[in-house]
Amino acid sequence: MKVLNEMKLSFMSRSVNEGFARGAVSAFLMQLDPTVTQLADVKTAVSEAVTNCIVHAYPEGAGMIYISAKIAEEGKFIVSVRDKGCGIADVRQAMEPLFTTGGEERAGLGFAVMQSFTDSIRVTSKPGRGTTVTMVKRLKKDE
Amino acid sequence: MNVSFSSFQGELTAFLSGDIDHHGARDMRRRIDGEVERSHPSLLILDFSSVQFMDSSAIGLIMGRYRLMQLIGGYIRVSNVPAHLKRLIELSGIGALGVLEYKGKEKDKNESA
Repeated sequence: MKVLNEMKLSFMSRSVNEGFARGAVSAFLMQLDPTVTQLADVKTAVSEAVTNCIVHAYPEGAGMIYISAKIAEEGKFIVSVRDKGCGIADVRQAMEPLFTTGGEERAGLGFAVMQSFTDSIRVTSKPGRGTTVTMVKRLKKDE
Repeated sequence: MNVSFSSFQGELTAFLSGDIDHHGARDMRRRIDGEVERSHPSLLILDFSSVQFMDSSAIGLIMGRYRLMQLIGGYIRVSNVPAHLKRLIELSGIGALGVLEYKGKEKDKNESA
């Protein structure tokens, strides 16, 4: 895979940064000339991933969140959201729709939204070390 | 101001605007719940017509208010969801609660099929 462009971003896990993070990623995505729907999909998926870091990764205060976004050939957009927080013991369970440890006001839909709004998602996590969510969105239809 | 209210004969309408994410939902929740506790409406309408962006936090917001209205013996209705936000609403399955009201819902479904 040949990377044509790349950006990296790091910021504190403050909820006020959720809008900043999805805004920054969508600004970077603009050079691929996305449709309104594609842009909304990526924004929503990034918002979910960043929110997970803020709600779950650092229960004892704020830590850093790292985003990298890459543009590869054939309109492939790869965005990865990483934290160095508490990690997820059971990734499969965390990804089940409606599963949440976030309390009554959280719907438990974060990963379901990421899955349905992108073309692929990979989650790697080590308890005590952190979690990385990598999502791929293809902006150009296959021939 | 991300929420404004209008009240008429026991119906409280909360007009939501801007982005509903985890950060914004917190403040919206506080203000809606405060208004519900003050006026005890029989029907709470969440009007989404001016919402620009939402993630699953908005679903949590709806579900939480659904529970609150059940608790005080009232109902909730979600209205005027803009077309670009419907996919998330449909994915969430909250339609099963019977709270959704949007015009031309079936038509939109056929169009996207």
